[in-house]
Amino acid sequence: MSSDDVNKGRRRFLVATTSVVGGVGVGFAAVPFIKSWMPSARAQAIGVPVEVNLAKLKEGQLLKVQWRGQTIGVLHRTAAMVDGLSKFDDALVDPESKGAEQPAYIHGEPRALRPDFLVVNMHCTHLGCVPQMIPEVGPQPFDEHWNGGFYCPCHKSRFDLSGRVFKGVPAPSNLRIPPYSFLDDNTLIIGVSPKGAV
Amino acid sequence: MAKVAGNISQKANALLNWFDARLPVSSFWNAVMTGYYAPKNFNFWYYMGSLALLVLFIQIFSGILLAMHYKPSALEAFASVEYIMRDVDWGWLIRYMHTTGASFFFILIYLHMFRSLLYGSHKAPRELLWVFGMFIYVALMAEAFLGYILPWGQMSYWGAQVIINLFGALPKIGEPLTQWIRGDYFISDATLNRFFALHVIAVPLAILGLVLLHLVALRENGSNNPDGIEIKKNKDADGHPLDGIPFHPYYTVKDIFGVGMFLILFAFVLFMWPEVSGMFLEQDNFVPADPLITPVHIKPVWYFTPFYAILKAVPDKLFGVLTMGASVLVLFFLPWLDRSPVKSIRYKGLWYKVLLALFTIAFVRLGMLGMAEGTPAQTWEMRVWTLVYFMFFVLLFFMSPRGKTKPEPDRVTH
Repeated sequence: MSSDDVNKGRRRFLVATTSVVGGVGVGFAAVPFIKSWMPSARAQAIGVPVEVNLAKLKEGQLLKVQWRGQTIGVLHRTAAMVDGLSKFDDALVDPESKGAEQPAYIHGEPRALRPDFLVVNMHCTHLGCVPQMIPEVGPQPFDEHWNGGFYCPCHKSRFDLSGRVFKGVPAPSNLRIPPYSFLDDNTLIIGVSPKGAV
Repeated sequence: MAKVAGNISQKANALLNWFDARLPVSSFWNAVMTGYYAPKNFNFWYYMGSLALLVLFIQIFSGILLAMHYKPSALEAFASVEYIMRDVDWGWLIRYMHTTGASFFFILIYLHMFRSLLYGSHKAPRELLWVFGMFIYVALMAEAFLGYILPWGQMSYWGAQVIINLFGALPKIGEPLTQWIRGDYFISDATLNRFFALHVIAVPLAILGLVLLHLVALRENGSNNPDGIEIKKNKDADGHPLDGIPFHPYYTVKDIFGVGMFLILFAFVLFMWPEVSGMFLEQDNFVPADPLITPVHIKPVWYFTPFYAILKAVPDKLFGVLTMGASVLVLFFLPWLDRSPVKSIRYKGLWYKVLLALFTIAFVRLGMLGMAEGTPAQTWEMRVWTLVYFMFFVLLFFMSPRGKTKPEPDRVTH
């Protein structure tokens, strides 16, 4: 075969168009296999919203529930706890939770729909451990001016009773708040935002 | 524009040189692709090898994804397959890919082997190539059998029951051997768990190794061709066979075309007809395994039925098992049973065409009878075709040195 009659331009065009069409095809064909790694219908069914009955949760008590495999804390705050929130604003990284992961209907210091109930994703924003709640006010081995809050045993990150992170610890931001709403005065549902809210 | 393109190709060249100084990239590519000359007269039958390799990769790929969702435990296996079919995103596609791929693998391998019978590709100097191929075939049968137990349906369970008990026919060691295979007194969780390990790791590794040997042996002597003559006998001044063309780009492009056509067919079955009326996926296997109830009509998947028919044709347990084993074993010796001076059916006399036609009919009929209910008339028919199956090899051995041949051409024909 002589190479004189080879039309190089046409050859390049054919190779390029074939490659492009083939590449697009491979891209589309890859979708099902990549999507097969996503949470399955069963995982999604298990990830449905969780209802919590608040009637038996006494003041000062913390209830931990699981939602999508995450530990969600429901803390019934006393009036003193809520009042004490503003005391150490200077020591906080983000007192107004501007950079925090929380629904738009959550704002202010209490970081809650109802100030007496804090609903918070307990996993530390550093590396995902679950901090302990230490509600006692007074000096602690890790903090002389402890006003009650959450203390992470993994890397010593500290948060106040609204889940706001203190300065000088490895956690970069405030604890996350999941979407939630109240079905009635005594029933909380985690995973569903209030009607009309996003 | 041209200057930019020139710059890029210069840089690509420099990169290739960097690698070549450390890894034989170009020389390997040249040895097995551009510098490897294959006969120019390949026809339809020569698609099967590359397509079988494609299906091997499809099976490995879809199998890895299935193993991510499947549970190899007697309690969970059946439900986990249902889970894959219903709950995993695109899980049905991945599973049907794997089941359709299994049957297509055998279709391609049977056609690939038939090509050898047509053109004498197993004859000297390619005996080892054939033997490696036979080992791949046997490993593939093991792989298919091991995989079939995993969905833990009725056919998985009772099919495994029958096949494992074949070993029980052996005198003395039979019973302990079956217990050793099962790891229990019956087919149980232990059996399923070890079959899973063998199916996803051991046998696939063996198949990959054998495929590598098969390909190395192929490149050593080069492909046979429909004329069954050696193209290396006639070379040009550069030492390239006159009747050969570089594998790349000529046959890579031909094979890509084959891949396209094959995938259309494959996709049609996968999307429109994955059960193939109980041939690729048996109805009874949609019922969970029950050790107390044997399905009324028990039969293997279609690719095993010719051998199953041979088993059923023999009215003695041990002798039946041995005959079935012999029907596979005899194929290994094909290169030495075919003593004809010519390779291709084109230059063998009428005797070979008749023998091969009878053998092919026998194999297909045995396959059909292996699936059937088994009336007394069918049993007699199976016996006739079993006899024909084995007589092919006997007659081939005695007739091939004497049978009429036509003169082989010096150069390949078109």
